[in-house]
Amino acid sequence: MKKVLAGLVAVVALATPGLARAEKLVIACGSVGKEADLCKQGAEAWAKKAGHTVELMSVPQDAGQQLAQFQQLLAAGSSDVDVIRIDVVWPGLMANHFVDLKPYFPDDVLSQHFEPIVKNNTVNGKLIAIPWFTDAGLLYYRTDLLEKHGQKPPTTWQELAASAKAVLDAEKKAGNSKLVGFVFQGKAYEGLTCNALEWIDSFKGGTIVDQSGQVTVNNPKAVEAITFFAGLVGNVVPKGVLNYQEEEARNAFQAGNAVFMRNWPYAWSLANSKDSPVAGKVAVMALPKGGPDGKSTGTLGGWQLGVSKYSKNEKLAAELVKYLTSAEEQKRRAIEGSFNPTIKSLYKDADLLKANPFMGNLYETFVNAVPRPTITGAKYNQVSTEFRNSVYSTLSGKGKAADNLKKVETKLKSLGKDGKW
Amino acid sequence: MTRPTTPTAGAATGATELPPSALVRERTRAAWLFLTPTLVAMALVAGWPLARTFWFAFSDANLTDMAAAQFVGLASLQSVLEDPDWWTTVWTTFRFALVSVSLETVLGLIIALALNAKFPGRGMLRAAVLVPWAIPTVVSARMWAWMFNDIYGVINAMFLSVGLISEPLAWTAEPELSLLAVVAVDVWKTTPFMALLILAALQMLPGDIYEAAKIDGAGPIRVFFQVTLPLLKGPLMVAVIFRMLDALRVFDIFFVLTGGSTDTMPMAGYSRQRMFEYQEIGVGSASAALLFVIIALFTTVYMVVGRVKLGGEA
Repeated sequence: MKKVLAGLVAVVALATPGLARAEKLVIACGSVGKEADLCKQGAEAWAKKAGHTVELMSVPQDAGQQLAQFQQLLAAGSSDVDVIRIDVVWPGLMANHFVDLKPYFPDDVLSQHFEPIVKNNTVNGKLIAIPWFTDAGLLYYRTDLLEKHGQKPPTTWQELAASAKAVLDAEKKAGNSKLVGFVFQGKAYEGLTCNALEWIDSFKGGTIVDQSGQVTVNNPKAVEAITFFAGLVGNVVPKGVLNYQEEEARNAFQAGNAVFMRNWPYAWSLANSKDSPVAGKVAVMALPKGGPDGKSTGTLGGWQLGVSKYSKNEKLAAELVKYLTSAEEQKRRAIEGSFNPTIKSLYKDADLLKANPFMGNLYETFVNAVPRPTITGAKYNQVSTEFRNSVYSTLSGKGKAADNLKKVETKLKSLGKDGKW
Repeated sequence: MTRPTTPTAGAATGATELPPSALVRERTRAAWLFLTPTLVAMALVAGWPLARTFWFAFSDANLTDMAAAQFVGLASLQSVLEDPDWWTTVWTTFRFALVSVSLETVLGLIIALALNAKFPGRGMLRAAVLVPWAIPTVVSARMWAWMFNDIYGVINAMFLSVGLISEPLAWTAEPELSLLAVVAVDVWKTTPFMALLILAALQMLPGDIYEAAKIDGAGPIRVFFQVTLPLLKGPLMVAVIFRMLDALRVFDIFFVLTGGSTDTMPMAGYSRQRMFEYQEIGVGSASAALLFVIIALFTTVYMVVGRVKLGGEA
């Protein structure tokens, strides 16, 4: 009987054009924390429903290296990958290689997402990617340690340094020699650009390059900010931070070895997972202000899904993107991995807020996150590299912030003459 | 055995200008025939990319639109030469190469001398020594990165417990320390290669000279400096140049182990950054071509000064 049925199915499949062949799609999504697992589950759920198969392409953790890998693949016109996860700062860099998704996504679907992100993903009228999740830098801290030593959650970076020092001194006396005060992403890669932009913006020192394209990186507030953080390194910030990416910072914090950590929302669900030594002892808040007159800020991160122009299955790939960016899938990813949805209505979802209370409290932080200077378009990566290298030099004690930022200013001004990028 | 050693050697030694015999011509043809597949493969996988890199070095090619590349003469090359970051990477690379190759040579020599002595289990030990060399560089660099970790790394734990350092060091984060770390990993990995090359040379040394030295009453140290070392000079120079070439085009160890800023970047890292992070294939290729020229120049100077003959006996 089974054989007959299978035969019938085969006959029907052969007779129905367009339904018959199972295609294989390849998707490149992230590899930080639980990302790969969550992406695989989502993609497989779609594959099962649609009767196709989806394969994951492995990518490096560092966003800059991912970009390098994709640029090589796409410049060669390779059809090896269909759906690519792209960073919020990439649309200007790689728009050429992507399919316009407007025909596949009606306006009423797009209007559910945060408008600035959709706008960010539209290059010269072409919608090159659909928002998948958004990010902003957050401050994680150990509630147990702060309480034990009578410290309050810090509202300014200066308070953070003072309370980290107080906790550290007391814990060191008690024999906890492994503890460090504050960890962030200090390796010379895109993450340091995000961190340092937050510092400068929190001191009200601008955004490296302003909205009109003018280079603003060298100003007294920015110098003050970078000088302040350089002073923390080797003090409450371990020098090893200069080689940390997201996961190294999270490993130190999650193992219970750091009082404060700057990281993206994804760290929340991992820090509170069953086997985490600090589960239940962690709280998250907006990043501190740069002094009493400063402001609380976070760098806008987040990732989108686009379809490669060289894909052989453009239509199917667009469907996969549609599935993965849908409200149900974004909700699942938020609950299981604390990835912030890009669909506005989800921020009122009770299940989601129960798993991630901060998504409700810090809604403003996410909406008002400070964007990186993408006005620099195709030169963004160079701008970012010059900026972070100078910050890195300052943090590692090579030169003063004022001199290093001045050098960056000169370089950036020669890259984007008269604010033209 | 009356065969000539090589077909061309037979032809070249004909001092009386005799036309090459049919047999010699036949052999020459066969030699070329057998060489052809290799030559074609080499041209495809080495010649073509190299030629293309040189072409790009004179263009303004950009990854975002490769088809729009145009000839710009020496402009790309000039922008590399005027970039202080490039010279930082040249300096870093040479410092790395000189320090690590010197250490590898000295250590390799010592190990080779030890392995050349007769003792039970020598074969096993010779094989075991090669293990670091057999591990892919990326794997060993990753492994060492964990060992060098400032918080949970075993190196800090060891040094702290014996009192060599008073607080954990950030081995891979601080520019000066990370160069030290990179050299350490490279020495660990490549000393076996050096030791093996030197060991092979040691085994070729004629025994009668040593007997003569012994009869003359020379002590072991004198034998080493006056017999072994002069005899080893040729092979040693060749081994050193092999390693120098390798060390000057280093990329992987730095890439895996260090913080990725310009302060700790080798020349090859600079090329990669320009090509793939900035999408400037033109400028990146110019720096790659420059890297090639620098290595070629260094090798030539080295061979002339050291009178190394790669072909015959030195």
